[in-house]
Amino acid sequence: MNSPLKAPPIRPGVEAVAAKGWFAAHKWLILRRSSQIGILLLFLVGPWFGLWIVKGNLNFSYTLNFLPLTDPYVILQSVLARQVPEKLALTGVIIVLLFYLLVGGRSYCSWVCPVNLLTDAAYWLRVRLGLKGSAHISRPTRYWMLGMTLVAAAVTGSIAWEMVNPVSMMHRGLFFGLGLAWAVLLAVFLFDLFVMRHGWCGHLCPVGAFYSLIGKFSLMRIKLPARDACNDCMDCFAVCPEPQVIRPALKAIAGTPPLILEANCTNCGRCIDVCSKDVFAFGTRLNRTVASVAGAPQAEPK
Amino acid sequence: MDNENTPSAAARRQFLADTARMACGVGLLGLGVGLYARHAKALPPAAIRPPGALPETDFSAACIRCGLCVRDCPYNILHLAKPEEPMSTGTPYFVARQLPCEMCEDIPCVKACPTGALDHSLKDINKSKMGLAVLVDHETCLNFLGLRCDICYRVCPVIDKAITLDPQTNARTGKHTLFIPVVHSDHCTGCGKCEKACPTEVASIKVFPLYMAKGQLSAHYRLGWVEKEKAGGSLVAPDVEHQYNMPEGMKYESGKGLSGSPGAVPPAPTPPAPVGLPKAFQGGKL
Repeated sequence: MNSPLKAPPIRPGVEAVAAKGWFAAHKWLILRRSSQIGILLLFLVGPWFGLWIVKGNLNFSYTLNFLPLTDPYVILQSVLARQVPEKLALTGVIIVLLFYLLVGGRSYCSWVCPVNLLTDAAYWLRVRLGLKGSAHISRPTRYWMLGMTLVAAAVTGSIAWEMVNPVSMMHRGLFFGLGLAWAVLLAVFLFDLFVMRHGWCGHLCPVGAFYSLIGKFSLMRIKLPARDACNDCMDCFAVCPEPQVIRPALKAIAGTPPLILEANCTNCGRCIDVCSKDVFAFGTRLNRTVASVAGAPQAEPK
Repeated sequence: MDNENTPSAAARRQFLADTARMACGVGLLGLGVGLYARHAKALPPAAIRPPGALPETDFSAACIRCGLCVRDCPYNILHLAKPEEPMSTGTPYFVARQLPCEMCEDIPCVKACPTGALDHSLKDINKSKMGLAVLVDHETCLNFLGLRCDICYRVCPVIDKAITLDPQTNARTGKHTLFIPVVHSDHCTGCGKCEKACPTEVASIKVFPLYMAKGQLSAHYRLGWVEKEKAGGSLVAPDVEHQYNMPEGMKYESGKGLSGSPGAVPPAPTPPAPVGLPKAFQGGKL
């Protein structure tokens, strides 16, 4: 849990806009939305215009009849249900695993997953409506959810979670027909809006939990080359969907290097946008010495 | 001591309570998901899987709901199940009465499947077993009513093998023939063209998933005539000739029917009275 030093601002990023200009203060947000919507469009031009660049959905997609991409999580469930997939699906698993080992496991959540658009919208509205209070479910619950889905696959001998998974339901539904999936998605939206802040993506979703496990080892991370310049404005805590990941790196708690190494950082880059002091930047987990290179003394743990 | 222990004990209690709460909540959800998945394992009768689909229990584990088979079907007959449909969400199926399988020779749907939920060892579409056609309604089938509809027989891609027309006497008129469509399970692929083409308001011939359509003999059953052919002769030696009780002068031979006329009276040999029967059954006076 984050323990903010003062209450997070309602409209974070005002200082950053003043210091850097609107575009620089929204750069990663714009790129991220472009990525999310662009991926949806790539899938949609097939069914809409018959332009088949990508076929399938996030569980498995085939790009230009050449590049297979498979969700390792769904294959893991399939294997636990005692089915061994064919070579094409396994090739896709390897490509996806390597990709997320490179760019960060939960980059999937913030740059690809369509449900993020929904839950971000819910959060945006929650802040605008000034809705206070939130149900308490601890963040590690998602790992229990992950375990539950794997046990369910093994016990039922089927990919049971796919029956109800809002992530694949939304993505598949957009290209193959939504049916009543809209009700499930509305439930997720309303849950995030009224019941719990960052409820689904930040506490419950087993897909995100799975990708966070890849993220434990991934190369690309948020680095804090100028963490000493932090003026405690709290904007980063206010925009971060997983604010607990920032504190150890920002405040050098227990000698944490200037890197966000927590597996649940989604690499959304919003902290980079809203920081008027340019504390954050994309880097790799090898960038441990950036602060000393800058010649600044390490900040004392507060 | 107490002052030092109390916070950590409280923290421990809190941790255990949180963990129990989480485990119970997630466990309940898991129970729901598991039961839901179990229920969805029985395929509804109108939903037919694409060619080469593994048996339903394996299929729900092997299919990753990507929809590549749907995309590569040139006739767009396949759908992915929506959440409200009573089968595994996101799995492919078709409804024969709407659009049947066109049985492409290169089977693109099977080739597209990345996991093998559609079995890649299926190379000949005529060997596929998507389901089995069943002439479900003998009361509405036009051929059963004595008409020469024959549509199911004509549209069948495996004509004369999967569906044959078997002649039978039309007992109603006494002088016509009924051409009864008979489905043969060893050749029927379950493509559903017969169901689609059936002209009755509700199809009289329907394709069902195999588990619904097919019976199975008990393992210990032996068909006498098959065994007789295998053995090259009767297994119950000696083969007793059947005795017919005919009016005098008449003769009946199996396969040839009646012959002779009641007038001519050849001296019929009196069959010897069977030994051991009670007198009442020997035809003699009591």
